[in-house]
Amino acid sequence: MPTTASSAHVLSDVAASDSTLRRFLHGLPGVDAVGLEARAASLGTRSIKTTAKAYAIDLAISMVDLTTLEGADTPGKVRALGAKAVHPDPTDRTTPTTAAVCVYPDMVAVAKEAVAGSGVKVASVATAFPAGRAALDVKLADVREAVAAGADEIDMVIDRGAFLAGRYLKVYDEIVAVKEACGTSARLKVIFETGELSTYDNIRRASWLGMLAGADFIKTSTGKVAVNATPANTLLMLEAVRDFRAQTGVQVGVKPAGGIRTSKDAIKFLVLVNETAGADWLDNHWFRFGASSLLNDLLMQRQKLATGRYSGPDYVTVD
Amino acid sequence: MSDRLSVFKTYKLYVGGKFPRSESGRVYEVTDSKNNWLANAPLSSRKDARDAVVAARKAFGGWSGATAYNRGQVLYRVAEMLEGRREQFAREVADAEGLSKSKAAAVVDATIDRWVWYAGWTDKIAQVTGGANPVAGPYFNLSSPEPTGVVAVVAPQESSFLGLVSVVAPVIATGNTAVVIASEKAPLPALSLGEVLATSDVPGGVVNVLSGRTAELAAPLAAHQDVNAIDLAGADEALAKELEIAAADNLKRVLRPQPVDYFETPGIDRMTAFLETKTVWHPTGSLGAGGSSY
Amino acid sequence: MAFEYAPAPESRAIVDIAPSYGLFIDGEFVESSGGDLNKTVSPATEEVLAEYTQATVEDVDRAVKAARKAFEKWSALPGAERAKYLFRIARIIQERSRELAVLETLDNGKPIKETRDADLPLVAAHFFYYAGWADKLDHAGFGANPRPLGVAGQVIPWNFPLLMLAWKIAPALATGNTVVLKPAETTPLSALFFADICRQAGLPKGVVNIVTGDGRTGAALVAHPDVNKVAFTGSTAVGKEIARTVAGTAKKLTLELGGKGANIVFDDAPLDQAVEGIVNGIFFNQGQVCCAGSRLLVQESVQEELLDALKRRLSTLRLGDPLDKNTDIGAINSAEQLARITALAERGEAEGAERWSPACELPASGYWFAPTLFTNVTQAHTIAREEIFGPVLSVLTFRTPDEAVAKANNTQYGLSAGIWSEKGSRILAVANKLRAGVVWSNTFNKFDPTSPFGGYKESGFGREGGRHGLEAYLDV
Repeated sequence: MPTTASSAHVLSDVAASDSTLRRFLHGLPGVDAVGLEARAASLGTRSIKTTAKAYAIDLAISMVDLTTLEGADTPGKVRALGAKAVHPDPTDRTTPTTAAVCVYPDMVAVAKEAVAGSGVKVASVATAFPAGRAALDVKLADVREAVAAGADEIDMVIDRGAFLAGRYLKVYDEIVAVKEACGTSARLKVIFETGELSTYDNIRRASWLGMLAGADFIKTSTGKVAVNATPANTLLMLEAVRDFRAQTGVQVGVKPAGGIRTSKDAIKFLVLVNETAGADWLDNHWFRFGASSLLNDLLMQRQKLATGRYSGPDYVTVD
Repeated sequence: MSDRLSVFKTYKLYVGGKFPRSESGRVYEVTDSKNNWLANAPLSSRKDARDAVVAARKAFGGWSGATAYNRGQVLYRVAEMLEGRREQFAREVADAEGLSKSKAAAVVDATIDRWVWYAGWTDKIAQVTGGANPVAGPYFNLSSPEPTGVVAVVAPQESSFLGLVSVVAPVIATGNTAVVIASEKAPLPALSLGEVLATSDVPGGVVNVLSGRTAELAAPLAAHQDVNAIDLAGADEALAKELEIAAADNLKRVLRPQPVDYFETPGIDRMTAFLETKTVWHPTGSLGAGGSSY
Repeated sequence: MAFEYAPAPESRAIVDIAPSYGLFIDGEFVESSGGDLNKTVSPATEEVLAEYTQATVEDVDRAVKAARKAFEKWSALPGAERAKYLFRIARIIQERSRELAVLETLDNGKPIKETRDADLPLVAAHFFYYAGWADKLDHAGFGANPRPLGVAGQVIPWNFPLLMLAWKIAPALATGNTVVLKPAETTPLSALFFADICRQAGLPKGVVNIVTGDGRTGAALVAHPDVNKVAFTGSTAVGKEIARTVAGTAKKLTLELGGKGANIVFDDAPLDQAVEGIVNGIFFNQGQVCCAGSRLLVQESVQEELLDALKRRLSTLRLGDPLDKNTDIGAINSAEQLARITALAERGEAEGAERWSPACELPASGYWFAPTLFTNVTQAHTIAREEIFGPVLSVLTFRTPDEAVAKANNTQYGLSAGIWSEKGSRILAVANKLRAGVVWSNTFNKFDPTSPFGGYKESGFGREGGRHGLEAYLDV
């Protein structure tokens, strides 16, 4: 199974023109919203207990992209975040590290230093995050700056305006350009801002568009709009990566982001992964949580499992 | 009175829009209430009954698929045609039931009015018996009545015309097709009705009229696997039970005999007896991926 | 490392099953006039759960007499008062729903996920819905002051024991009838627990009577001369027998019988949801559902894609302990039913259909059948015509909507059908032509107390649920 994206797959001629791309995307099977949500809700009733819960919590911790994307971010804040990513629970060194820290481009260097030697990756949002309303040159410069500063991963936003206006090739070309700017060192996560795409049909189309253009990950949202990751939109994207690999042999990761705050929620997402895309995605190379407050809840649940006592917020670090 | 020799009418069956004689070649003598010969009527056989079912089944798709408005227009046309033949039917009913001229005329008037009544029902019954169901979930859910299919009608024995129309009209108003066994001793108004239907835009096969021995014809119809329902109005107690048992073979809808005053304005039960309720579900979905409003 | 779900069993401590049960007649549990004791077992383990009584003809007579005696007062009660009793029952069911879900899962073998999330909520909802009708019957479209029929004799199946009880008892009581109900011989317990709910609700004596036993008890009830109404849910063969029994009487009859539902998937279907609908259509309750989508009709142009997806999905189904909250497929209800499913599946193979099941380990004891899919099935195959009543899906193909409709309707049954397409006009056109009482488009196996349910053709007659469901219990 190839593990990196390649444009040399069977669908490479789909993006030959705006019209071929449109025909392809509009030819994807439709999504029935109620059925999709019912399936997500049904998987949400899985009861994950004892050993399964312990496994899921550690897996979830290892999948967190610990995120700070605030105007008020400072080097101090980012260093604290880095320390937390490396040692999520200072009282228990068996706790896995998070997958990455996720910051703005100007904080990449600080973050890089904070996690140096730990295996924790540094992800940077880029492309005029979160709105993406800038000229392509500006977006690419944003990406190059982050990559140059050492970013291992780039979280780009698509041009939702172009997508909603039906200018799919523009969106596609932009992703291809960003991918190129990432070079060989950085993996590319493509954020759709599903809350703005609004419909499930759009999310499915965007997923395929992103994957066709070379995304290493498809990601739900920026965390900056009203509706972010939901079980249903994540399930839909998991179906997309599953089907894309079946057709092209190329595996693409999924990252729900925003709004996942509790261990219970995170475990529900892992059940979605397990029963939709399958075990191949149960690894932080292929699945991530874009989150900040989630980590502490996971840590408290982890402590509860270890000690049998319920933990409290003063027993985890607040950074 | 002139001493002109009158022309007798040869009464024939009405099957598939045509007027065949019984395939058996048999007839039986029909008399008035004072035992005077009126005519020979076809003595239908089991095979005639079978042919009538085939004709009724063939007509079902078109008739049930016609718009309710169209069915209403057709049934109203029947009333118009009857109006023009009031005197003929009054004479036949008077002979058949031993009624005075004026009473027979009243029966015919009531019968024509009954057609009009049912003609008006065709495009209303679905609104009265169907509707949206407020299910507890994101689904559109609608129940609508649909005709059950081919209905065998054992017409009332005594009320040869008003009773007949009172049981046939509700069956076809809703889109079913009918195989009608006319009153055994008074079949002539029913056979004449066939002539009216044939000239009233009612598609052939929608109503099929058989005359003969009720028990002999009803038995194969009650047992017929391609008949969906049976109205036992004209069956006596013993026959009704026997027919109901036979009807269980393919679970026909059975309307048992009951005392009816055919002059009374009917309810809708003769229509609903031969209607199925179909309930269709569809997700209502959501406007966006933010989730359904449930 | 794989994500293995640890066992998550629902506790059975919440249910207290007595070692032995009598009959619930005239407000109390009584001993039989001489009937034997039968055993009811857990189909998942074959463990004996309890003994219950085989009601005799005399017992049935005693129950009908009690119901007759109670009818006078019950039917004369203001509708608003009857309503309050039913509301009480609905609420008590909600309060005791965990207990009843566990009980039902033990006695029936279906997954706790289903009893907890489908059966019990629907049971409570059904009583709640009909409670509200009791004092509004004048507005139900059957004329002013419609009268009840009298004593209703009700015989229900084992696939949804408590839900079928609710479908029968709620409308009967709301309209002022009294009831003698016989639960199925393999699943008597939830009806006996319901008797206790009637006690807690303070329901007047004799309004609800529960007689347990096998088909002989049911036959005695149906044939009893003082029963005014017979309602039966079960097999078409027994339904026909009942129709013959009540022929020539004044007993009003409604029958909810078998089916061979077609689930039609067009090439423009929302495929992922269609897969879920197919799974839900045939594997819900191990396919022991009269309205199951047991025939998959798939358009040839998407056959391969759909079957691949379906097989992949079936491989994720979790079969095992019905009390485990993560179980998708529970036990078959009885050895007898398992034998029938096994025989029909073997017949399918013998007639040349291609059999497939996901890798699936079956527990050593109890009655189990792996989810099974047959491809290369044609209309001529037995498994495309006979109701299997088990987790067995027959896959047929079609090329055009006409052909789909013709094949879907080509059955003596007419209970349910499914349509999957993103094209609204096609859905409406096909739904219009299907001869089935319930048509699910872009969904399947959805139920609601407001939604009438019942069949065309040999799937029976009469409707349960909704305003329509009142008619079966009114003298109209």
